[in-house]
Amino acid sequence: MTDIAPTDAVYVPPAEVEDTELHDPQSFITKYIWSQDHKVIAIQYSVTALAIGMVALVLSWLIRLQLGFPETFSFIDEAAYYQFVTMHGMIMVIYLLTALFLGGFGNYLIPLMVGARDMVFPYLNMVSFWVYLLAVLVLVASFFAPGGPTGAGWTLYPPQSILSGTPGQESGIVLMLVSLVIFIVAFTMGGLNYVTTALQGRTRGMTLMRLPLSVWGIVIASILGLLAFPALFVGAIMMLFDKVLGTSFFMPTIFELGEQLEYGGGSPLLFQHLFWFFGHPEVYIVALPAFGIVSDLLATHARKSIFGYRMMVWAILAIGGLSFIVWAHHMFVSGMNPYFGFFFATTTLIIAVPTAIKVYNWVLTLWQGDIHLTLPMLFSIGFIVTFVNGGITGLFLGNVVVDVPLSDTMFVVAHFHMVMGVAPIMVVFGAIYHWYPLITGRMLDETLGKFHFWVTFLGAYLIYFPMHYLGFIGVPRRYYELGETGFIPESAASLNAFITVAALVVGFSQLVFLYNLLHSLFKGRISEQNPWKSASLEWQTPQKPPVHGNWGPSLPVVYRWAYEYSPPGTGRDYVPQNLPPDQVDAPHTSGPLPSGAGPLGTGQVAGTMEAEK
Amino acid sequence: MSLFQQVTVKPWMPVTGRVERLYSGRSFFAPQKTIALRFFFAVVTILFSLLTVSYAERMAFEVRRPLPETWLLWSNAATLIFSGIAFQWATVSARRQRLSELRRGLYVGGFFTFVFLAGQLLSWHQLQAVNTIDHRNPANAFFYMITGLHGLHLLGGLAVWGRTLGKLRQGFSPGVVPGTGSGADLTRITRSVELCTAYWHFLLIVWLALFGLLFFPGGSLPIICRAF
Repeated sequence: MTDIAPTDAVYVPPAEVEDTELHDPQSFITKYIWSQDHKVIAIQYSVTALAIGMVALVLSWLIRLQLGFPETFSFIDEAAYYQFVTMHGMIMVIYLLTALFLGGFGNYLIPLMVGARDMVFPYLNMVSFWVYLLAVLVLVASFFAPGGPTGAGWTLYPPQSILSGTPGQESGIVLMLVSLVIFIVAFTMGGLNYVTTALQGRTRGMTLMRLPLSVWGIVIASILGLLAFPALFVGAIMMLFDKVLGTSFFMPTIFELGEQLEYGGGSPLLFQHLFWFFGHPEVYIVALPAFGIVSDLLATHARKSIFGYRMMVWAILAIGGLSFIVWAHHMFVSGMNPYFGFFFATTTLIIAVPTAIKVYNWVLTLWQGDIHLTLPMLFSIGFIVTFVNGGITGLFLGNVVVDVPLSDTMFVVAHFHMVMGVAPIMVVFGAIYHWYPLITGRMLDETLGKFHFWVTFLGAYLIYFPMHYLGFIGVPRRYYELGETGFIPESAASLNAFITVAALVVGFSQLVFLYNLLHSLFKGRISEQNPWKSASLEWQTPQKPPVHGNWGPSLPVVYRWAYEYSPPGTGRDYVPQNLPPDQVDAPHTSGPLPSGAGPLGTGQVAGTMEAEK
Repeated sequence: MSLFQQVTVKPWMPVTGRVERLYSGRSFFAPQKTIALRFFFAVVTILFSLLTVSYAERMAFEVRRPLPETWLLWSNAATLIFSGIAFQWATVSARRQRLSELRRGLYVGGFFTFVFLAGQLLSWHQLQAVNTIDHRNPANAFFYMITGLHGLHLLGGLAVWGRTLGKLRQGFSPGVVPGTGSGADLTRITRSVELCTAYWHFLLIVWLALFGLLFFPGGSLPIICRAF
């Protein structure tokens, strides 16, 4: 087992990477339920994440109904409102976006894109999904527990989160913390798999710098998750002990209803540090896979090589590293030492540099490209615009002096929804439209898709642009009802009602998307083998959709990067990663290569590599 | 090719014609499980580092730090060291294909681990006896939490240890000449034993660090925190 190659060989022996032990499904149960196939697990992850995401969507409607039309809906009282806000936030960030990007797209794409048969640890991968499902079920159980789910806000700040008066104080908070701990265990199993597969499970010729940027984004996000989730784990365990066992890790000396509680000496700020040490990398755990995927979508649908590939990779690495030293910008108003504020504001602004490099590169990829306004491209452009908008308001909030007056206002809500809500979800949609034909063998309906895109894209701006203004005039976040507040004009109520109507319309368009997903599964147009004429490896499998083991009898051999679009001098629109160099000038076919792979195992004459010069 | 060199390649440039360009299916020479274990070490290191920082921050202004009997803690630490030595012995035996010594090493390593865990439980019991109802004292709470989490990691290791013993038994089931084992079996078992040994050594280092943190009164970390 070595990957040191003879430098003077003229014959390329078979791949020497460790082959994955595949567990062939024997029955319906091992094929679709206790499956160890990364593609099935990816779909299990995605369906579960989208299902719990639908709950979060409904919760957002209820939140907006209350904000837009206060005192109208009797079933939304103060407690229910805070519970909706909390559960909406936590579900969207952790149980939907993290799980969908890493468990869903990561699982499906990594082995296919690196040319592996499966994840390196298929059994662990399967367990990861079932533990994730358990975490989701525990979370859902809190809706039915006495007192309902926790209403502490998604940040779960103590001491308020475990004191009486906070909704869900009885058992909701306990179930939330337990669910988070279980989720982290699930993620750790999955994350180790994604990272090891990308590092050690690649096929012959797939050097690190030939990996599609999707893999880079997902893998670096997985590393961030592995290093950041322990902070949430520690915080959750300690708070669980404070709540259940009466310890005082985070609980200070405190009076409740005139009586001194048994707590004392704990540090609520310690929890905030732990939470945001996880919380800020979490932003990039969601954003980096989106960055990677959107790069691939843009290159494929603009028929142009990604601009500045190396810089894109380094920017992902730089953002990943920097994301660990910015966390306290979420705590500028916590009374920290001003020098710390200065440090964290500086590091926060520095992150804008690699991020801006990525934005420039996306735009330069489009520059003079053969832009096809397909659905993935529309959503990708939507992502760039939204991400830039959300990112620029981030520059405001990264500065202490601007952040202090804007802290805890709707401006913050608008900012983070644009930058880590709408923007990554645009990529999720674009990615689903892009890879749906690979997964199901059918195309999604384009008319419904365009309706979905325009309503979502324009609707998001109708929701969040006015919200910035609301925050700017001082409308606070997390308020059940504004009531009569001197400094807030009455027009704010009209604007809130307008936002609510826009949110309901955007929400409705998601149901159209859901219908499209289900309807096209059975009635969609049969897809071509490689409908987007993509050069990356996942489209080059012998069968569509790829079958168990992905590659047939032999693994593919990779000869180039994933962005060989419109290469000069070949007369080709694109060159698949695994097309042998001596066949590049051969008549072009859009179908997969014979056996879906290069001549692995049969040997390859080195001279053909010279032809690539 | 080093990792740095790997990420500085320009993939859009024409291939220079060397056959080795076709290789590099792996970024590191180590086997997949070893790489995964190293990443897991990073995760666990972060976990216990954060606990350490939390402990230092929380204990900065706490004076009272009740402790279980010191002799017990020292003997527990010694037990875990013996366990690590036994695992090392098992690894060396596996590499030299000394199968009876390998088996003995694994059993001894596992035995000392169980003794260690029993010792930790005893220290919990002792601590309970010295201060009965002081919920608020963070030293107690940290002691239970940190030792508990460390113990859980060891239990996870014992599960893998059990599987390795199972493989060892499987490798010498009917059909395979006792005392020899097939090459493939031995490679598989050796790798498992090596991973177990690395894990035990890692948890030993973690324990020694935690031991220093928890049981030396007036430890320096809280003092540093107090200065800020």
